Amino acid sequence: MAKPASNLARRADALWNWVDTRLPVSAFWKATMTGYQAPKNFNFWYYMGSLALLVLVIQILSGIFLTMHYKPSADLAFASVEYIMRDVEWGWFIRYLHSTGASFFFILVYLHMFRSLLYGSHRSPRELVWIFGMLIYLALMAEAFMGYVLPWGQMSYWGAQVIINLFGAIPTIGEPLTEWIRGDFFISDATLNRFFALHVIALPLALLGLVLMHLVALRENGSNNPDGIEIKANKDENGLPVDGIPFHPYYTVKDIFGVAMFLLLFAFILFFWPEAGGLFLEHDNFIPANPLVTPEHIKPVWYFTPYYAILKAVPDKLMGVILMGLSVVVLFFLPWLDRSPVKSIRYKGLWYKIMVGVFAVAFVRLGMLGMSEGTPAQTIEMRVWTFVYFAFFILLYFLSPGGKTKPLPERLTH
Amino acid sequence: MNTKPFSTVLGLVALLTFAAPAFSAGGGALQHADVNIRDIAAIQRGAKLFVNYCFSCHSASFMRYNRLAEDLNLDEDLVMENLVFADVKIGETMEIAMRPDDAGNWLGKVPPDLSLASRSRGADWLYTYLLTFYQDESGGWNNQLLENASMPNVFWQLQGIQKPVYATHDGHEVIDHLTLAEPGLQSPEEFESSVRDLVTFMEYLGEPAKVKRKNIGVWVLLFLALFALVSYALKAEYWRDVH
Repeated sequence: MAKPASNLARRADALWNWVDTRLPVSAFWKATMTGYQAPKNFNFWYYMGSLALLVLVIQILSGIFLTMHYKPSADLAFASVEYIMRDVEWGWFIRYLHSTGASFFFILVYLHMFRSLLYGSHRSPRELVWIFGMLIYLALMAEAFMGYVLPWGQMSYWGAQVIINLFGAIPTIGEPLTEWIRGDFFISDATLNRFFALHVIALPLALLGLVLMHLVALRENGSNNPDGIEIKANKDENGLPVDGIPFHPYYTVKDIFGVAMFLLLFAFILFFWPEAGGLFLEHDNFIPANPLVTPEHIKPVWYFTPYYAILKAVPDKLMGVILMGLSVVVLFFLPWLDRSPVKSIRYKGLWYKIMVGVFAVAFVRLGMLGMSEGTPAQTIEMRVWTFVYFAFFILLYFLSPGGKTKPLPERLTH
Repeated sequence: MNTKPFSTVLGLVALLTFAAPAFSAGGGALQHADVNIRDIAAIQRGAKLFVNYCFSCHSASFMRYNRLAEDLNLDEDLVMENLVFADVKIGETMEIAMRPDDAGNWLGKVPPDLSLASRSRGADWLYTYLLTFYQDESGGWNNQLLENASMPNVFWQLQGIQKPVYATHDGHEVIDHLTLAEPGLQSPEEFESSVRDLVTFMEYLGEPAKVKRKNIGVWVLLFLALFALVSYALKAEYWRDVH
């Protein structure tokens, strides 16, 4: 090598050493990436976490650019979104990135959570990973709800009206509470402004903090795997798990492939089907918010509709709100509701496969019914699936300790 | 035992059920507008119809004239001559002179801005709506799709006058179909074609970047497909020593 180049290389090396002795960059990289042993049999379901992280980054970046052009005021909000769609260079792209990203965030998070149900990823010693994950999910719901209000279309307005009014069902403090949330007697400019503040600052900060805790807690015990056995129980002479592989480079290159496949789907929706037939961007939200005209059929965006169906299944408003709240709260207790001696569905009996299958159908059906007009027949179906939804958790608690299991393998299967 | 196929199928079912567009935007049976937003000539004809027939009462306040000129391959002078009747500049948006308060007093209801009509209603709805105006017994205008619509049939000279033919369903008298009682300046086929042009323009009006979006999308997907191949090869190379 020529002398000046090696000189440069030596200087770069010295600079790197200077930084690394003051900031533990390489120690951190080793602890979390190259030295972190991950089970070698991750399958399709294990792409969701890294992809959710990618979407979080997409949302933050596209959100920053939207904030440059969006006007959080009841008079200007709707027009400013159309200004972004028409007059801002690449504005339509930024906006569709954000709207498509919001829906994909939930698709990924739902699949990510479902993975836990399949392989028992929430079970000991990873309960806190699950709890932080649930907190992320709650923060995400608040973030998405407030973000949906910002375009100030008819569904933004009336969806917010319906959801905030749910708090009014609480005895005594209900009414004052809704006024406190809105900052007014009805959804207004004040509501829009505070939702903007929460959407762009408060909740993203909370989300980032919670994601950090989720990952720190995950790294502490390492990932679960499709077999639900601990790879650390079986170590070689160097003290490394025999079924473990370094996260970097193996899972980084694998996740890059996952990113490519995900982006193919994401870009297809973004460029060719951004409304997703009215699921991702609702038709009524292209009409400016009008407090005097109630839309024929008010419904939340698809990712809230399973819970909305549970709410509507109950004739009494307060009981409906309680049951809806309970349907989310019960998820927090999942690590303690499943008492089976094995974690993964692979080594549980048919009873668990049927239960998880029926539960998945119940959740999807509730989601579809939550979008429906709510005819008497649909209301009855909502009640049936609501019952099934809760029955899953109760049955899980009582059936899991004695439920049939298969012998666990010594090593990961594949 | 391996349950991978089982769980993968479950996931796909969940994904597809949510993604399936099984929820259409309501309304009765709609006729297919069958618009082609790449047909610039149709959009141009539609724009002409729009400014002549709709634009006196309905604004399109998110649309700029110069954007129209650019997207429709029209000279700005040509746009000023043919499409702009008010005293406005080329960079302004398509506002109407009538103030909302006056419109409300004169017409009973403020005619909505049409910038996003194709996105809230859909092209098929607009197409069906514009084709199904009829004259009822009182001699007033009504619409088969949107009963008691406050808008009159602004196209009656082109379309002619349609009258309803009733039939009885379950004891209720309902409109079975419409017949052309008095022919207009255009034949029914010509008129359908005109309405299709207008709806094509409105589809463009709802999202001017739509054609560009799809054009870019093709290249993005091609790039990502290539990226997926390369990243798969990279993954396979690294993972050889694991398998």
